[in-house]
Amino acid sequence: MLAWTIYISFLGAAALVLLPAENRRAARFTALLTALAGLVVGLTGAVQYERQTPSGDVVDLVHASWIPDLGIHYHLAADGVSITLVLLTGIAAVAGVLFSWNIQQRTKEFFALYFALIGGVYGVFLSFDLFLLFVFYEIAIIPKYFLIASWGSTRREYGAMKLALYSFVGSAMVLVGLIAAYVVSGAHTFDLLELAKHSFPAPFQHWAFLLVFVGFAVLAGLWPFHTWAPTGHVAAPTAASMLLAGVVMKLGAYGALRVAMTLFPDGLRYWQNEIALLAVIGIVYGGTVALVQRDIKFVIGYSSVSHMGFVLLGLMTLTQIGLIGAVLQMFSHGIVAGLLFAVVGRMIYDRTHTRDLGELQPMNLNALAPFAMVTFVIAGAASMGLPGFSGFIAELQVLAGAWSVFPRLTILAGAGILVGIAFMLRVWIKAFFAENDTPKQAVHLEPTTLPERAGAFLLLGTTVLIGLCPGLLLNLISPTLHSALFQPLLKGGLP
Amino acid sequence: MLPLVPEEIVIISAFAVLLADFALVRRKSLPIRTAVVGLFSCLGCLIAMIWMARYQSYGNSTMLALNPLTQFLKMVLLTLTMIVMVLSFGARFSRHVGEYFALLLLAAAGLMLLISSENLLVIFIALEMLSIPLYILSAFNKSSPASAEAGLKYFLFGSITAAFTLFGISLLYGLTGDLQLSSIAAKLRTQPIEPVFYVALVMTLVGFAFKVAAAPFHFWAPDVYQGAPTPVACFIASASKVGSFFVLARILLTGFGPWQGSAVWEGLRAGWMPLLAVLAVLSIVAGNIAALVQTSVKRLLAYSAIAHAGYALLAFFGNSQQMLPALFFYVITYSLTVLGAFAVVAVVENSGSPDKISEWAGLSRRAPLLSACMFVFMLSLAGIPPLSGFFGKFYLFTAAAGGMPHLGMLWLVVVAVGASAISLYYYLQVLKQIYTAEPPSGSKIFHAPAAALLPILFLAAIVIAFGCAPGWLLGKLSIVLNSSSF
Repeated sequence: MLAWTIYISFLGAAALVLLPAENRRAARFTALLTALAGLVVGLTGAVQYERQTPSGDVVDLVHASWIPDLGIHYHLAADGVSITLVLLTGIAAVAGVLFSWNIQQRTKEFFALYFALIGGVYGVFLSFDLFLLFVFYEIAIIPKYFLIASWGSTRREYGAMKLALYSFVGSAMVLVGLIAAYVVSGAHTFDLLELAKHSFPAPFQHWAFLLVFVGFAVLAGLWPFHTWAPTGHVAAPTAASMLLAGVVMKLGAYGALRVAMTLFPDGLRYWQNEIALLAVIGIVYGGTVALVQRDIKFVIGYSSVSHMGFVLLGLMTLTQIGLIGAVLQMFSHGIVAGLLFAVVGRMIYDRTHTRDLGELQPMNLNALAPFAMVTFVIAGAASMGLPGFSGFIAELQVLAGAWSVFPRLTILAGAGILVGIAFMLRVWIKAFFAENDTPKQAVHLEPTTLPERAGAFLLLGTTVLIGLCPGLLLNLISPTLHSALFQPLLKGGLP
Repeated sequence: MLPLVPEEIVIISAFAVLLADFALVRRKSLPIRTAVVGLFSCLGCLIAMIWMARYQSYGNSTMLALNPLTQFLKMVLLTLTMIVMVLSFGARFSRHVGEYFALLLLAAAGLMLLISSENLLVIFIALEMLSIPLYILSAFNKSSPASAEAGLKYFLFGSITAAFTLFGISLLYGLTGDLQLSSIAAKLRTQPIEPVFYVALVMTLVGFAFKVAAAPFHFWAPDVYQGAPTPVACFIASASKVGSFFVLARILLTGFGPWQGSAVWEGLRAGWMPLLAVLAVLSIVAGNIAALVQTSVKRLLAYSAIAHAGYALLAFFGNSQQMLPALFFYVITYSLTVLGAFAVVAVVENSGSPDKISEWAGLSRRAPLLSACMFVFMLSLAGIPPLSGFFGKFYLFTAAAGGMPHLGMLWLVVVAVGASAISLYYYLQVLKQIYTAEPPSGSKIFHAPAAALLPILFLAAIVIAFGCAPGWLLGKLSIVLNSSSF
């Protein structure tokens, strides 16, 4: 069932290519339909999984031999963690289409690339064969490049190329690690579950873990490999920024958890402290840099680095609660960052043609674009991690997990949350609530459209829903992290 | 003596083509002559293939081998040659169409003989049979000084490296008293290795490094790829490369088998492995770095070809089960891909734009189908899944990493993977022009001629198919490899 999320996306992309170029309406509705179908399949699959597999174990979706010469299988499977991220992808995809409703130029090509990316992302989350996972991971790189280079804004070609090369170099590191693991295990298989049973020699794990983890974490915005993130987010068109922050950064974090940490637990414990330190530096650094940016997209771009720092910190705690927090934070940040980018890119930039806080200040946006203002304020509150939103529970769990392992770093990370509140307040004040002596300019902004409202409600609703009933997702995530696959990971950490 | 009927058919059709051009269609217009003569040539190749499929017998003589593997590769080579011929239909660089197709057929016959030969002398003769038509073909566009330069360069480099190889062969003969590859290997096992062996080894390898365009013997490649008529460049980049890699493998594995040495990190031992490792690293690094700054699509493809020759050399470090399938899978799929890419270049060139990358701006809006095919070829060369270039590289890297105990060759894999990550930059530069840049104002949609578009579509489909389901070609390769002694 869940495997259809992948196929639907690629079929949607193919259908979009075949549509006539003039008919933008058809392209938009095809895109919306594809995204909705993916989301519905994802939701159904999630409900089914939760009912049928209370143990949180891995459930096979498809398992067929693909390239027998190398022991490669077409193995799609799912567990609570991957289903959570599939749901995130589904929601982000629908919202992204809604916020791209106004794309006029080469509409069908835009959406075709968009769904090629989405299909690759679904594929990564559901692959349990490392070769297959890598294939999907690389498939996701190329559409990102073209989405940004063709439809982007500020320094788009630079941002796109930087992102593509960072991703490709990261995936090259991963590839070396995977091939080495395949050879060293001697098991003639790329199956994740099979390789996870193999205990690799410790010296090998030390370097292989670092290689694979960092390779994936490049995409998760691990400091100091995060520099693609702000430029990429700023250059990207709205929907692509939403996907980049919402989903693509999660590919990195997911890969780090699913592949690097699962295969090389000894290597993980060897580097645990160093990576936790980098994660906390990312939290504080990202927040501090966001504090002084003039372009709102840069603020959100750096805030993404900061929030993804929590994910990585949570992973490094190796505690039950920390890992749960990390996965929940992936989901939460995906929704909230997507929403923030949507407001800035679609509701503000497309109408005012500026994202510069200094230029927005005299515009009285709270009167001109009340819907944007309200959405941004709520989304900002969610991003700060206020109670009632999904981010609160996630960050709380990460910090609770981290407290028992790295008390000093936890204090720093807590300070990072304060910085997060500060930069968001600064944007609120400058963009929306500045006191102006200048008389109101006679600018009229195009009113908010229905697709924008629908997208905003979808994302806002999700973050509030998870904030109020976190059990909905925790019932998926928590049993999986208790399952056998994750036990070797948790043995080293505190209970 | 074994029957070399397919080779004879190809040679006879070369003469038949000359005759047909001279006797039948000399007074007709150029397009008609090209079509008639070209179809005759394709027919010759087809007959040779049908004959091979139906009547071929296998066997070994002292000089030649005919087995399922050689037959399979000859089929591949003839297919590549036919695609090159079809692509030549639209070319207008010469009035001498009869000679052009006859030379292509002769080069193909040289390649086929090369595949079958197991004796150093025959290998050398076949190599010359392949090279001499190619020198002439490179200079075939008489109106272009670049073509003349390409021909001269190819000839000078080629004949000098051939002289080195001949010198190496003569040393080998002096040392072992034999030219038969298997007996050379047998004698090497029994006698102590003298230093002059290594001289012979290096000398012999020079000619093959030249043929596969491995650095530092690559200097001819960019000029020839750019200056030679595009279909000829297609042939040099694809069919000639497959044949050269095959015979390189045969010489190294059969003839120099006992001399392999080791290129393991911190465990170097003299032999051909360290030599190949040096060639591979130089090619990968030099090819990829030089390609970064190219402004001509053909030169870019030439430097990328140098890099790809370096990747292909990695196969030689694999273990005996994976080495040959990895090499052949890679070389065959690479040839198909680069053939497609050159074919697209030829079509764009014929429509009036020079092959500067900047001239390709907005091609996706002028020729959507052609651009989509170029998208496939470029990404396959860059090694993006699910295209065949990705699986080819993946298999090579896996084979090389696993070939020596304790991940001994991992250092080379790291070099290759790293360089391959950088290479994405220049492939994306081309695609960026095609898809992202705005087309120049006033440019019109152009339609590629069907004779060019059909083979391009076919190649793109194959590149995708072999990437998504590499099992078919791998299975085929393992069948022919298992039933042939290499």
